[in-house]
Amino acid sequence: MHLKYESQLREPLVNGNKDYHQVTEDILRPIEAKPSKLWYIGFYIAVCLLMFGVYSVYREVTYGIGQWNLNKTIGWGWDITNFVWWVGIGHAGTLISAVLLLFRQGWRTGVNRAAEAMTIFAVMCAGQFPIFHMGRVWMAFFVMPYPNSRGPLWVNFNSPLLWDVFAISTYFTVSLLFWYSGLLPDFASIRDRAKTKLRQKLYGTAAFGWTGSTKHWQRHESLSLVLAGLSTPLVLSVHTIVSFDFATSVIPGWHTTIFPPYFVAGAIFSGFAMVQSLLLIVRKVFGLEDYITLGHIEAMNKVIVLTGSVVGIAYLTELFMGWYSQNKYEGYTFWYSRAYLFSPYGWSYWGMMTCNVLSPQIFWFRKMRRNVYVTFFMSIIVNVGMWFERFVIIVTSLYRDYLPSSWSVYYSPSTWEIGFYLGTFGLFFTCFFLFAKYFPVIAVAEIKYVLKTTGDNYKEKMGHLERVSSEVFAHSGHGHTTVDNHAAG
Amino acid sequence: MAKKKFVVGCFDDEEVLFPAVKKVRRAGYKLHDIYTPFAVHGLDHAMGLRETSIHTAGFIYGITGTTTALSCISWILTKDWPLNIGGKPHFALPAWIPITFELTVMFAAVGMVLTFCYLCQLAPFVKKHHFHARATDDLFVMVIECTEKTNTDDLKAFLTNSGAIETDLQIAEADWWVGSYDKDEMPFEGKKEIAA
Repeated sequence: MHLKYESQLREPLVNGNKDYHQVTEDILRPIEAKPSKLWYIGFYIAVCLLMFGVYSVYREVTYGIGQWNLNKTIGWGWDITNFVWWVGIGHAGTLISAVLLLFRQGWRTGVNRAAEAMTIFAVMCAGQFPIFHMGRVWMAFFVMPYPNSRGPLWVNFNSPLLWDVFAISTYFTVSLLFWYSGLLPDFASIRDRAKTKLRQKLYGTAAFGWTGSTKHWQRHESLSLVLAGLSTPLVLSVHTIVSFDFATSVIPGWHTTIFPPYFVAGAIFSGFAMVQSLLLIVRKVFGLEDYITLGHIEAMNKVIVLTGSVVGIAYLTELFMGWYSQNKYEGYTFWYSRAYLFSPYGWSYWGMMTCNVLSPQIFWFRKMRRNVYVTFFMSIIVNVGMWFERFVIIVTSLYRDYLPSSWSVYYSPSTWEIGFYLGTFGLFFTCFFLFAKYFPVIAVAEIKYVLKTTGDNYKEKMGHLERVSSEVFAHSGHGHTTVDNHAAG
Repeated sequence: MAKKKFVVGCFDDEEVLFPAVKKVRRAGYKLHDIYTPFAVHGLDHAMGLRETSIHTAGFIYGITGTTTALSCISWILTKDWPLNIGGKPHFALPAWIPITFELTVMFAAVGMVLTFCYLCQLAPFVKKHHFHARATDDLFVMVIECTEKTNTDDLKAFLTNSGAIETDLQIAEADWWVGSYDKDEMPFEGKKEIAA
């Protein structure tokens, strides 16, 4: 009984001769084995970075924002650059888990779990920057609307900065719920095959008593579908609102109507690059090449070249509008502060152009899309480029404003500003290393669901169906089984 | 809650499972549940389960979020503390759409997940009887509830004939209890009669 028949022309999503048990074994074994030396080294480096970040934040909290090199003109610098960068990275996870679910893209099953984890950790990192940028971080709860003794003086619901508070917190919550509800069946698998008491106890608690009952699966499917439907507009709204932080102001370089689609495309672009960096390592270290295949990597590279080009068109549109508007402030920002290579920050603009627009074009070639080393290298380049993009948008728009007397001196970050950024890398990778060790990095149950239609060995067995006439195929029972089941119900 | 008697049949292929479900239902046995390692599409229909209405709950939570956001913001910005922001109108509906949307999504998602956990009785430290440890690995475990009249040997043979690779008779608690996998706290202890 094939509940879904898939053409032989489509590449298998699971390679090798697998059955259900083998899938469980392959994906859950790394959790039960002792971590490798490499894992420990990576984890320690991540924790060290995190500690450095904690110290940098301690300096900032104790001595104030003056620990950073922000000044009166460049009020947003590395902090908000990093915030937007991390939030953007998070978007790929939701795109893979939600949008591709709605579009019924089977290949998402191999990568969605790790991508969703990445989303959650990236949003955690992103959240640190605006919170600590407040200066008096102990008053951070003032952004919440609650009846208070100060009037009550409420927050300004008309401000994009407050929209951001709601957008990011909703995004984090929904991503976490979506991720965790998907983890329940896999935790139950670990629990049921646990060899030690402690593991059984911990994963048993985490699995919430999941049994795999048909009724529960039915609700689970419905829940996933609706959460995907909710997350899809959510993920678009989040980066749209982040772009509103800039677009609703009247600063040349920020006051642009193309910001929302341009930011969303950039977010997906950088997010997919980060997914590539992480998954290429994960598949190598845990030997999951059969589940995260070259086909998966190629599919993601296609998204990268598409979104990279969308972003490229946005850059060119901005330049065009800088000239076409005949507004001298706009023109100055786009053509001097950004596009002129020898202006103070011209290097960042051309770094961005090279990394984001020119270099991803290599992925028009199939050979390059399927090359693991090229992909890994490009994924790093793209993320560097996307960091430059945010830096360009923020700093080159701010450092010379309408009044030449307030033009800024050259801004470069302080040690603690860089330390804070490195610290979020520490946080991200500490979380990711723990995730890779203790969580199933691939959604086991979802792989099993697609195994018999897209698994290598099963597809081979179905090959003969392609050679029979449509008449025979229609009467062989394939594709009609669900109808039979309805009749039985 | 009480313990009940169950006959368990394990299948290793969903292609065998579907006809077996049909046969079991036709024979009039009471299907307790089928435990599967992944969502087998169509199995709920084959078992005769009704559609879940969890999405309807999600919609209700969603509109609750919408109304909460709109009513709170409009009250705050027009009645409780009307702020003059550049002389713009106090009732600035377009500017409230982002937060209204976010709260809609937040309410719908949180509400649905909580409803899901409540309906499926899922929570940390909740324990349920596992009819087969491989039900979360590679077996489709069909559980049939016995009545006084059920001939368990016949039923086992029936399941084997339908393609079950393993059959078993179990007396088990059908409901959940609290525990942490090395310690059981049975809230239903004392009512230990067999309802079969």
